[in-house]
Amino acid sequence: MSVTQAEIAEFEEQADRWFAEHKPGNPGFILPETFMEVGTDQQFEFLRDWQQKVYENGYVGMSWPKEYGGLGMDQVFQDIATKAMAKHRVPFLPNTIGLNWAGPLILAMGSEEEKRQYIKGILSAEDIWCQGFSEPDHGSDLGSAQCKAVKDGDEYVINGSKIWTSLGSYAKYMILIARTSTDGPNKYAGLSFFLAPMQAAGIEPRPIKKLTGEYGFCQTFFHDARIPASCMIGKEGEGWKVAMATLMFERGAVGGQAGGLSMMDLSIDDIVELARRAKRNGKPAIEDPHVREQLVDLITEARGNSYMSARTKVPALATDWPDAVSMSGKLRATELKRRMCQFAISLQGANGARYVSSEAVDGGLWQRSYLNAFSGTIGGGTSQIQHNIIGERVLGLPKS
Amino acid sequence: MATIEFSEEQTMLMETAVDFCRKHSPLDRVRAQIEQSDGISAEVWQEMVDLGWLGITVPEPYGGLGLSLADTVPIAESMGRHLMGSPFVATTLATQALIQNASETQKEHWLPQIAEGSAASLALTEEDGNWNLTEVGSHAQVQGDKLLLTAKKCFVLDAPQAAVIVVSAQVDGAARLVAVTADQLPEGALVRETVIDETRRSYTLEVDALALPADQLLPGADFASIEHAALLLLSAEMSGGLAGVLHVIIDYLTTRKQFDQYIGSYQSLKHPTVQILLSMEACRSHVYRAATLIAQSDNDAIEEAVRMAKAQGSEAFAFAGDRAVQFHGGFGFTYECDAQLFLRRALWCQYQFGDAAYHRNLLAPLLLD
Repeated sequence: MSVTQAEIAEFEEQADRWFAEHKPGNPGFILPETFMEVGTDQQFEFLRDWQQKVYENGYVGMSWPKEYGGLGMDQVFQDIATKAMAKHRVPFLPNTIGLNWAGPLILAMGSEEEKRQYIKGILSAEDIWCQGFSEPDHGSDLGSAQCKAVKDGDEYVINGSKIWTSLGSYAKYMILIARTSTDGPNKYAGLSFFLAPMQAAGIEPRPIKKLTGEYGFCQTFFHDARIPASCMIGKEGEGWKVAMATLMFERGAVGGQAGGLSMMDLSIDDIVELARRAKRNGKPAIEDPHVREQLVDLITEARGNSYMSARTKVPALATDWPDAVSMSGKLRATELKRRMCQFAISLQGANGARYVSSEAVDGGLWQRSYLNAFSGTIGGGTSQIQHNIIGERVLGLPKS
Repeated sequence: MATIEFSEEQTMLMETAVDFCRKHSPLDRVRAQIEQSDGISAEVWQEMVDLGWLGITVPEPYGGLGLSLADTVPIAESMGRHLMGSPFVATTLATQALIQNASETQKEHWLPQIAEGSAASLALTEEDGNWNLTEVGSHAQVQGDKLLLTAKKCFVLDAPQAAVIVVSAQVDGAARLVAVTADQLPEGALVRETVIDETRRSYTLEVDALALPADQLLPGADFASIEHAALLLLSAEMSGGLAGVLHVIIDYLTTRKQFDQYIGSYQSLKHPTVQILLSMEACRSHVYRAATLIAQSDNDAIEEAVRMAKAQGSEAFAFAGDRAVQFHGGFGFTYECDAQLFLRRALWCQYQFGDAAYHRNLLAPLLLD
């Protein structure tokens, strides 16, 4: 597929105009910043409607095949649309697990029937997806999953529980890792991967109160839940392989995601702007030399991260450890965000101690963002696990 | 959207430089060279000259290739990676100073010599260690067709090899640049300094009322672009140095056993090593972004980019060198361990042309006001 510069320029203008014109107004309540923070029906419905509108107007799933609900266009157009969403700071698309994990997985490994069944609903947000990887006792250690799936005729019977299932109470499907055997050569061998229907009897998502005091994710319990055996993707015992492929989509190391904004991105410019308004000891924080140096340091780090996509286009500069840049995106971005939020609170003097309320600076947005930022540094493999993964897979260090 | 351009010339130069430095500067050669008075052997220098590296930025009319300073970045980076001591960077920076500040006649005189293989150097820093290049105590006075130079300069690299040294001095209350040739320096004017990076050949240059032809005063005094060029190439050396020290660390972490385990399996060593990797990639991104802007002559953006590269790279390289020594345990405490070579290089790079805090301080008004 060859795309001309003129087509690109034209589409850039079109996308820019559409998001400028259709950016939703203030809903009258604080919107969540990521799909992991959706705490009320009101927030959920607002975001689902928004994704549906974006899909109907052709700005998500643009590079996914036409026959399943995409637009079959070059990836470059989706990248432009996603950039326009970020630029206009529109709400994120809430079906994150579907768009970035389940969808790419189904397109890569699913049957023709599965593609026809699932892809369109993922894009339109009609079918919300959630993720059933982590368990209460095995946060980042997916290989140790204990949730059991026992075959019984043409069904599997599931028992156990999953945690961190964001949107669990709204989801129609879950990508689920469960243990189908305990006598394989190692713990990974006994795992299988399912596209599980959440309406099955015996599946109960229970909302969990987060450290912010809000609801935003669930623990999902399985009590003799029966799901069709045909829900399995890959073969029995190959779940680990499928899960690793899925995580590659999530970490952005390979293409294939539907695109679209998956979180309200906090930019360093927002922090600089806050530093102008917020007061420390009666003066704008931005006049404090210590604050200035820290701001410059954060800007430098953010700038360095922003060059990374340009870096990946220059293979000659990927010499000694070619996967370092692509494998570290999640770690770099989430840790920087956490520290930026932490720093934003420090700009507020004694008001740093406030929380979500009308007296707080920006309504307490920064305090809440800081607490929520841990979802990035913990979810999808903690930063500490990310260090292990990069150390072992990129640098070739021995396993811990 | 910030782009990073990497030209065909850069790709070719990088390939050549990587092979060249690997061949001529393995760490045992680096150590052997430390014992010698010169920072590089004459044969290796001649090979660099034959490759045309000295003329990369010299404009074509003066016998060079007329390429951008950005094209020297892959060479400086490769040399940094292999701790190669050579007058290449000093010569390239002095060349930049001449291209931007010399008169036509001066350029015709000096630049062809450099393109043909004469080394050159800069004498900017003084005893007080001030990084502000325009605050200089050395001074020169024009008397008829003579220029009387009284100067004490420090950290003049590879001075005995340099055919020409560009010296900063106050002339009529303003910082200016004076070209001094090797044969004009009286005996004893150059004294070798003891510096932390033993691969460097650093000298003090001291002259008292040295009479020079007045036409050796350069008409231009663009200290900003000299500083920017120096920051770019030093950062390139640091980017290479980070990769070099990371290899030293990884080699040890994957071969040394303690308590029946390879020490690389311990997370207390593994995680900071990953931090070093990410900081190396960040450094490389800043360096090649800055190089891109310099190649595009995007003058408004260059200062920000080079100061960021130097600030980020200085801290990253110093941290990597520091951890490299620590991670080698008892062996790290010995001279024999290669980690110290990189730590010493990192400290040199950090304190030449401004450390991280200095550049952040200068970045603040550019970024925040």
